[in-house]
Amino acid sequence: MDLNYAALLPEILLAVAGILLMLAIPVLPSRQQVRLGYAASLALAAALVTALLQWGDHGPAFFGMVSMDALGGAARILFLVSSAAVALISVSYLKRERLRHGEYFPLLLMATVGMSLMAVSADLIMTFLGLEILSISSYVLAGYRRGDPRSNESALKYFLLGAFSTAFMLYGIALLYGAAGSTKYAGIAEAATQGQAETATFLLGLGLLLVGFGFKAALAPLHVWTPDVYQGAPVPITAHLAVGSKAAVLITLLRLLHQVFPASADQWQTLLWIASAATMIIGNVAALTQTDVKRLLAYSSIAHAGYILLGVIANSPRGAQGVLFYLAAYSLMTLGAFAVVQVFARREERFTKLEDFRGIGYRHPLLSVSLTIFLLSLIGIPPTAGFYGKLFLFSAAVEADLVALVILAVLASAVGLYYYLQLIVLMFMKEAASPPEPVPVPLAARIVILLMAAGTLYLGVYPAQVLSIAGEAAGL
Amino acid sequence: MPVAAYPLSLLLLIPAIGAAVVCLLPSGRDRLLKWAALIASLATFLWSAVLFRNFDNQSGSFQMVEQADWFRAAGFQVQYILGLDGISLLLVLLTTVLIPLALLSSWNVKDKLKLYLASILLLEVGILGVFLALDLILFYVFWEVSLIPMYFLIGIWGSRRRIYAAVKFFIYTMAGSLLMLAGIVILYFLLGTGNFDLVEMIGVLRGGEPALSPGMEYALFAMFFLAFAVKVPVFPLHTWLPDAHTEAPTAASVILAGVLLKMGAYGLLRFCLPLFPWASAQLAPAICILALIGIIYGALVAMVQPDLKRLVAYSSVSHLGFVVLGIFSFSFQSMEGAAYQMVNHGVSTGALFLLVGILYDRRHTRRIDEFGGLAHSMPRYSACFFVVLLGSIGLPGLGGFVGEFLILQGTFLTSVPAAAVAVCGVVLSAAYMLWMYQRVFLGRVEKEANRRLPDLSFREGAMLIPAIALSLWMGIGSGTFLRTMDSSIQLLVDRLDQVQNVQVVQNDGS
Repeated sequence: MDLNYAALLPEILLAVAGILLMLAIPVLPSRQQVRLGYAASLALAAALVTALLQWGDHGPAFFGMVSMDALGGAARILFLVSSAAVALISVSYLKRERLRHGEYFPLLLMATVGMSLMAVSADLIMTFLGLEILSISSYVLAGYRRGDPRSNESALKYFLLGAFSTAFMLYGIALLYGAAGSTKYAGIAEAATQGQAETATFLLGLGLLLVGFGFKAALAPLHVWTPDVYQGAPVPITAHLAVGSKAAVLITLLRLLHQVFPASADQWQTLLWIASAATMIIGNVAALTQTDVKRLLAYSSIAHAGYILLGVIANSPRGAQGVLFYLAAYSLMTLGAFAVVQVFARREERFTKLEDFRGIGYRHPLLSVSLTIFLLSLIGIPPTAGFYGKLFLFSAAVEADLVALVILAVLASAVGLYYYLQLIVLMFMKEAASPPEPVPVPLAARIVILLMAAGTLYLGVYPAQVLSIAGEAAGL
Repeated sequence: MPVAAYPLSLLLLIPAIGAAVVCLLPSGRDRLLKWAALIASLATFLWSAVLFRNFDNQSGSFQMVEQADWFRAAGFQVQYILGLDGISLLLVLLTTVLIPLALLSSWNVKDKLKLYLASILLLEVGILGVFLALDLILFYVFWEVSLIPMYFLIGIWGSRRRIYAAVKFFIYTMAGSLLMLAGIVILYFLLGTGNFDLVEMIGVLRGGEPALSPGMEYALFAMFFLAFAVKVPVFPLHTWLPDAHTEAPTAASVILAGVLLKMGAYGLLRFCLPLFPWASAQLAPAICILALIGIIYGALVAMVQPDLKRLVAYSSVSHLGFVVLGIFSFSFQSMEGAAYQMVNHGVSTGALFLLVGILYDRRHTRRIDEFGGLAHSMPRYSACFFVVLLGSIGLPGLGGFVGEFLILQGTFLTSVPAAAVAVCGVVLSAAYMLWMYQRVFLGRVEKEANRRLPDLSFREGAMLIPAIALSLWMGIGSGTFLRTMDSSIQLLVDRLDQVQNVQVVQNDGS
């Protein structure tokens, strides 16, 4: 047990880069501020390289507050990729919206540090700190379009409800500490096997923890904040919330439930079964009536969290593998979809209504074809990543005897077909209503869109590599 | 006799390359694009003809099998297995014959031509893949891949209510398929084969201990059956069909009626029966009743349609009812008849949609009361129409007769009342078709617009002649085709027979 700084090298790198960028803001002339975005992307790339080099490392660090393992390593890589994509689509976004580059990128880097710490944490206090670093950065970022009332609403709602849920979580941690006498994952797990798992304090603590996570991961019925927050936040931040932030919460939840609370599996499985069913149904049904693409993708992301829960409830390594693979697939297609929306929205995000996508199919083939790929993947049609994501999740769930929930997921995603198709219909099968306004596609955004589309197709054709990485991370 | 190292992959590759070439050619060169697509589809046809010649009629099992790991990771194995047997051979040929005809029929398409042609060729890849794939996941992939191009074909190039039709088509099909995906996964775990190889799965199911409890077999059968029944379509899941057929452009209607529906019936023969023989047999009476309702209902509704295309669409509901009846009558004759009728229906209904398309190109309407006396202005067209129509209603000497006769004969052996009801369907189909012919072609020319309609052009003749010739050949020389199916159908019947309490009427050698 010692400090072992090297274990957290990617996080330290990001934190230092974030601080340096903040220091650079007053020094850099305003015309040069654009460079901050590229600097942040570079820092993320450097952290990604470090994280890749550390893949395979094992063992505790920081006196057991964090612990390196394959799950944390894989999750870290996923978050870094997601944040890098967000950073790349943010550069042109901020320029277009004439927003200050200054605080944006340091906050994004800090949020990434938070996600990353959650992934490798081995102590509830550490987990809580990671979550708070992530959340507080995200609250500010959601309100970054200060001139726009919707963005203000978004930040305020997110902050109030987020703070509320944090309180739940902290209370839960306190109760667990009371029951188990430790906040370390290993200590709690050990206490649980020694009979603490049955005590009311322990179960109440676990329940409150789940409420907190449910809020953050937008699981029904704790999802109500999501559409407003997603709609009001700047598009790249919506992508960050829907992908990186959500993935961080879900992976932490997965680790906690599978590694720390297996003794209480009966209780949390029942609870999550209901949450998963409700999340899938509410997400898909509510998305049907949306007219704004950001809201639509918000509900879609709710629904997908419901599918992901299948793998969590399975409570098996194969379930964890399914969750990780699905998150990889989900990240690619959702980031891609938001990248397209970001570009297409144009100045002041005027074009985010579904109707605005009318007839763009032939005018902007890059945007429309790649968005179609992302939507087909969200539906789960081969050969796209979403198909194998669903296949692996479903098979893990079937193996765990969750057949009824799988059937429910199938039916819910059949409902979901309609709203994804609606967007494809608008793009390709309807004539544009008004004369077109040009849609400039900046290079960085173009790269992100193409990479995400290529990744979505790659996972759909040959999922083997990512699947075995996910399997390794899941301990298969 | 092996004809090439990877004969079946090549069959999939030719149209895929064709689609890629079409995409890469400069847009605007319309003639070049159309010829490229046509040549690709003709090359596919020629290659399938080579396969037909090299097919061994004596063997009922899969031939020209190609097997390789697609990927294997973390305990998951998906394989790339293609194979051809007597049931799929003719459907493959049907597909490769109809696609060039469909392309010929769209010679006048100008709007987004490149995307249109690429969609049709991609659709061909998907359909052929469905008929060849022997790994359940691979099958599912092709099954879905064939869905997307058709969705776009209807939605972009269709007529007035195209979007409604396209979305309905997509949602119906996909809802069924998702259930099937769940079924595939459940089956995979129950059998514990460690892979999705169809032949291996059937092998496990055959061997000794029943691997599925009765309840589970019912449930799995239902999951697969629903996916296929939507596609066939079995009454009452047919409501997407009239919309999709009517709104689709001619070429898409031809492919939809000609081969896409057969994917459903093929799925029943290839997956439902051999995987779940017991459940199939238990539920067969109920399904036969649905099929009979479909036969009669489709025919009656077809009779009152004011729109030519809708009439043909409902006639498909009726004819596919025969196919389902044949499959679930559980006799050798009826199953062979069903397989034969699938091909024949593909040819004759495909040709009917081509013919309606030709008329629509000239008059831009499909309403029956807009026509009358066309036999005077378009004698060659009317003659072709009549021959195709006779093939569709099952006149001896044309393909329809053989299929329907075998189905009725086989059904008669297992259930006389069912056969009696089905015979009414035959009579009704003659009635609505001939009545339609009378109203459109016979009598005096009432409308001025119909007086000077140009007769068939060379291109139009070129797409009708093969269909008519094939229909004749299938009527007179049915032995050529039936021979290819005998062993495979026999194998299927043996599989069913070996299950306890399942009675199948065997081939009496006639």
